[in-house]
This record gives sequence, structure tokens and C-alpha cells, in this order.
Amino acid sequence: MARMTMIQALNSAMDIMLDRDPDVVILGEDVGYFGGVFRATEGLQRKYGEHRVIDAPIAEGGIIGAAIGMGVNGLRPISEIQFADYIYPGFDQIVSELAKLRYRTGGEFFAPVTIRTPCGGGIRGGQTHSQSPEGVFTHVCGLKIIMPSNPYDAKGLLISAIEDDDPVLFFEPKRIYNGPFDGDPDKPAMPWSQHPKGEVPEGYYSLPIGLAEVVREGEDLTVLCYGTMVHVCEAAAKLAEVEAEIVDIRTMIPLDVDTIRQSVEKTGRCVIVHEATRFSGFGAELSATVQEECFYSLEAPIERVTGWDTPYPHAFEWDYFPGQKRVAAAMVKVMEAG
Amino acid sequence: MTRTPRLHIPHPPARPGDTPDFSYVDISPAGAVPRPDVTTRLRDIERSLAFEMVRVLDEEHAAVGPWDPHLDHHDLQVGLRYMLLTRLFDERMHRMQRQGKISFYMKSLGEEAVSVAAAQALEPGDMLFPSYRNQGLHFARGRNPVDLMCQLLSNTRDMCKGRQMPVMYHWVRGNIFSISGNLTTQYPQAVGWAMASAIKGEEDIAAAWIGEGSSAEADFHHAMTFASVYMAPVVLNIVNNQWAISTFQGFAGGERRPFAARGPGYGIPGVRVDGNDFLAVYAVTRWAAERARQGAGPTLIEHVTYRADAHSTSDDPSRYRPRDEWKAWPLGDPLERLKAYMIREHAWSEAQHEALAAELGAQLDESWEEACGFGTMTDGPTLDRNELFEDVFKDVLPHLIRQRDQFRDLED
Ligand SMILES: Cc1ncc(C[n+]2csc(CCOP(=O)(O)OP(=O)(O)O)c2C)c(N)n1
Repeated sequence: MARMTMIQALNSAMDIMLDRDPDVVILGEDVGYFGGVFRATEGLQRKYGEHRVIDAPIAEGGIIGAAIGMGVNGLRPISEIQFADYIYPGFDQIVSELAKLRYRTGGEFFAPVTIRTPCGGGIRGGQTHSQSPEGVFTHVCGLKIIMPSNPYDAKGLLISAIEDDDPVLFFEPKRIYNGPFDGDPDKPAMPWSQHPKGEVPEGYYSLPIGLAEVVREGEDLTVLCYGTMVHVCEAAAKLAEVEAEIVDIRTMIPLDVDTIRQSVEKTGRCVIVHEATRFSGFGAELSATVQEECFYSLEAPIERVTGWDTPYPHAFEWDYFPGQKRVAAAMVKVMEAG
Repeated sequence: MTRTPRLHIPHPPARPGDTPDFSYVDISPAGAVPRPDVTTRLRDIERSLAFEMVRVLDEEHAAVGPWDPHLDHHDLQVGLRYMLLTRLFDERMHRMQRQGKISFYMKSLGEEAVSVAAAQALEPGDMLFPSYRNQGLHFARGRNPVDLMCQLLSNTRDMCKGRQMPVMYHWVRGNIFSISGNLTTQYPQAVGWAMASAIKGEEDIAAAWIGEGSSAEADFHHAMTFASVYMAPVVLNIVNNQWAISTFQGFAGGERRPFAARGPGYGIPGVRVDGNDFLAVYAVTRWAAERARQGAGPTLIEHVTYRADAHSTSDDPSRYRPRDEWKAWPLGDPLERLKAYMIREHAWSEAQHEALAAELGAQLDESWEEACGFGTMTDGPTLDRNELFEDVFKDVLPHLIRQRDQFRDLED
């Protein structure tokens, strides 16, 4: 096993898929010669050529629209959107086209496009380099949606996404590209090399899309979370001194309802955490699912901890970010209720 | 299975380690391009303006030809002052970022004329829709550097109340619009502002700036179409500084046609100008503004220039272009060129220049000290955290009041 950061794991996944399948191509701003502004595609153009790892004009609608056309014509494109905050010029192509092509053509046309995009805050990026727009897209039918929380999952899930014949939106929490982050910005950064999920096989492997993972077992309450928040929730559970069962959702669509149900039936209490804004966020879907599936097991109202319903502010980043303190408070509240 | 791809992939003329090569940049001799009357029909002028290059300053630093704006000494001195201020401000703020005093910065080195000359050529009531590399617009409109520094520091005097990344300034009183992180969005907005001015029967026009890389965004086409359909009184600028982070201008379509040549396709005159020639930028902007004010419609201006430094403090250009490329840039340094012209015209001297640099340097020192007094990232007064929930809407809505209460409870 090798030790990899999340960036290296993503790079390895793309490297393997470019090597295995001549139809895989990468398209995005600065992805080619430069290797991407976060270095996710570093070295890939040199290795596979500029017809496979293609620098694109600054036009997200074009990057996604062209990927759809390539996909229809037999290629398996990976589009990189430089920041999730810049995905909106491609919104129409994603929502009206990519997501619905198979349905509207009676299953006859499809485009196996993977869209990779860095999301989330905690990097002093202000409102246009910090957003987590997954909930905007989970409301669209026809897209599979993934957000990994560690290098091992990132590689296995990205390989699955590329192999999948359905369109996949692959959100990468950029704050944990180089190491897990527990929500405390004052602590020295921890590298992935010290984390068990930083151990990543060099070769090919895939993880099924649609399975959550219980990253920590516990009896007191269930925490449903994904991305950076998985690490924040682990630290918050220590802070709150509760035996939390932490479920890393990993794939929002399809959603692993069984794992959620089993956990909440066991604990009877549930806290839902995401960095994205609260109103109509994916947490609302999780909350409704728990209510529908586990109502008779619940001993306390479900709590949600999320980003506030404001844009992501530059100066107040750590007041905005749902850090350990907020998550821990919700855990305590859920334990004290009922 | 071997494949023989037939797709064209643009290649910059030089990568790290290569000798810089700007032979692809077509440069007209100074004074060579005729200056048509502002009411001339498009089809009579479109070729020369869009494909050649309007230049006023020649190799001997003399002003020649029909575009010479004949600026008086005072106007020239004002222009030089603000270009130098922009450059010195950039230098210092870049240093402050390196020292960890601000989180991020973007310089406009080598592109100062594009902003300063344009702001001087427009009227104070004209509305400007800048990109993040147009800080010169603020200075040329008389902005106090302290205001911009406070934004960079996200402190208690930040006009964005700490909500935006550094350099995303705005200035309501100075008629300079807010900068978005999302590229090209300001382009159709500028057209709409100009349409509103025309609807209201007012004289003010709008002007907008994007980089050539940003011209690939769909919003560019939205802007051009609306400007053309309604003959909106707007000046649309493309700052072709050759590079968009790591991709050169060929990736925005510059290999086929000059960016200015996109104008005629929409029925809009396109003018290609030497963006490092202060006098030419001034004259072309004046011409476009006059057209707009007379009801002759929009103009697209391509400023040919060079991004002399990194894209931002997060970027390292030595990874994708030759280190010394700027030195080989055939259109030189806009500040040095204006200065040389002014010295030749006896409008300036080396001694005056040194004195000005010292004066501006001292002013910036004082400004920085003053700005830091309103708070830095580590010391001094801080913004009220509760403001986090304000200005999402005009009033703080009930759900945000609830969240604010929750936030306060956690603070205690
Ligand atoms: C919609 C959108 N896509 C991508 C980006 C990321 N980005 C920021 S600046 C930039 C390059 C812009 O280049 P150009 O327009 O040529 O302007 P320059 O920086 O050269 O002045 C990119 C890709 C963004 N800010 N917004």
C-alpha cells in the first residue's frame, strides 16, 4: 500500500483509468500542461497526450456541453470544474441535458460524464471559492452524486464514477485534499500519511457507488455526515463525550438507506451535519428519510448542524463553518432530549 | 489500438526554458491606423480597426498619427501619477500578502494603462464594471488607498463588511461596480446598466472589462447580443494580457482572429489597441465613449497587453511560461513609455519622477498604517460577528434571526 493525499489518490484514479480505457478523456481549465490549479491532473497530459488531457477555454457550459457530446460519441469524459462555485455557467447543460438525456430518449442516448469539482470552505476563499452546492444538484433527477471524505474512498469512488454509464457529480472537499481537518483551524495541519484512510493501493480498485460507511461505531446517537464534516464530527463526539456512531454518507445519490436505518434504529437519536447551507439542503432529505424509516425508533427530535443560510463570508469563515463546538452542542442537545 | 487524433490543440509559442517568442502578435506602426468619425458606418471601418493596432507612441516615444489625443501636461501628469500609484500599491500589497498580513492579492503589473487611461477618458458619471485586475480605475477616480487596503484586510472599514475575498472592491460614490469571483458576469450587467441609462434618457454610459480568457464564457455573448440589439451605450473592453492562469490566449480563440474582430460579427465595431500605450488607450476609449453618447451604440475594445506577474498570489507562472517572457514583450512597459514621452515633451523629468515615487511611497506607508488602525487579521478592532446575518436580504428574515440567536447562544 502507498500513502497518498486525496489529490494523489484522485490523480492515481485518473491515471489508471486513462491507462485502462482509451476512451477516457479529461477536459477542464488549466488541467493539461499545468496539471490543474490543485494539481489533481499533474503529469497526466505528459503521459497520455494533449488529446486525452485537454485544456479547455474558460467556459463551464462548454466544458460540460462538450463532454456530453463526447460522451454521446463514445468517449468517457471527466470534466473538471475548477471550483464548485463556478459550476453554474454549466448548470443548464447539467440539469436539462446531462441529467435527462437518457430518460428523454427512451434510454437510447446517454453520456457517461463524470464532473469533478472541488467544494467547501475553510481556505479563506470567500463566497466564490467555498461553496458546497451538492444540494442544488441532489434535487435534480438523473445525476449520481458523490462526496468522499478520504483518499482511499476518493480513489475507489472516482474509478467507479468514471466506469459508470450514468452521469456522476463528484464533489471533492478541498480543505481535506492534503490532510484530514477536524474543524480546528488553530491546530497544526495533519497529513494524510498519519491517517489510516491515507493508505491507498497503487493499482486498480473500485468502491461501489451507493454504500455509506460506518466510520465509528457507537451506541448513543447516530451522526449522518459526509466530506470534511466526517472528521469534524469525530472530533466533536470526543468533545461532547458521547459514543456517537458516525455514518459517512459518501454517496448522496443513490443513498444507502439501509445503513442509515440500521444505525438510527440502534441509537434512537440522530444528528445530521453538512457544511452547505441549511434550508433545503441535503440534510433535509436525510432528516425526512430518518423520519420516514425510523420514526418509531426515535427518542429525540433530529438535529441538523449546517452552514448558516448566508453566503460564505471571508472574514467570518470560522463563525460560518459548522465546527466542533456547534456539532458537539447538537449532540448534547439530542442526548438530553426525550 | 492506436489512434491518430486530428484535433487541433493550441500551443503557446514558448514554455518554461524556451526563448520567448511574440512573433504571433501583429503590431501596426504607430500612427498607421486611420481614425474614423464616430458616426462612420461599421462596414467601412471594421477591418482596419479590428485587425490592425491603434498606436500613438512610436519607437522614439513621440506621439504620432490621427489618434493622438493631444493631452496637456496636467492630464499627462495625472495619468502617470495614477499609473505609478497603482504599481506601487500592487507591489506593497503583494508584499503584505507574502508577510501574511492579507490572505490573497492580484497585481496588475504591466497593465496599468488599460485602467488608468480609460478612467481618465470617461466621465465621472459613467458606470464602470471592472474585473479583478482593474484597480487602476479606482485610483484614477481618486480613491483613497486606505479604502482599498481596508477591504484587503477585511477590517472594520471594509466596504464589503468582510464578506469578500481581497481585491473584490466596489465604490458606490465613485460609480465602480462590485467585482464578482465569477468571471464575465459583469459584462451583460454593464449592458443592462447602459440600457437603463438610455431608457431613462440620461447621458451616462457604462464600461466593462474582462480578460481575454473570460471572453470564452457565455456571458460574453449575452452582452454582445444585447448591446448590439439595443445599440446600448456601453464600452466593452477585453484585456488581452496573453495569459489566463496557465492557458495562453489561443485557448480563448485568439489564434484565429483578434478578439476585437468578434465585434463586427455582432454588428459592433471592434478596435484593437496597444494596451501599453497610454495615449492610444485614452484616445480609443474617448472615441468609443463619444459613439455611445451620440447614440451610435456599443464598441468592443481589445487591449493588447501582457500580464507581467503571476495570476495571483496563489499562482507560480514559472511552471507554464518562460520566466523572462515579459522582458521580450514587444509593447514594452506602459509606465516607462508614457514617462519617456512626457520627458520628451518637457512635461516631466527624472527628478520629478523620483520625487513622485517618494511621495506616493510615503503616502502608501501612511495609508497602510491608517488602514491597520481599523483592524488587521490579528490585531485591533474587529467586525461585529452578528453582521454575518445581515444583508442577505434587505431585512433580516425570521429564519436568519433564529440562526443568529443560535449563533449568539453558542458564543456565550
Ligand atoms: C466562472 C469562472 N470560472 C473559472 C474561474 C477561475 N478563474 C479565475 S481567474 C481565471 C483566469 C481568467 O483569465 P483572463 O480572463 O484572461 O483574465 P486575467 O486573469 O488574465 O486578467 C480563472 C480560470 C472563475 N473565477 N470564474
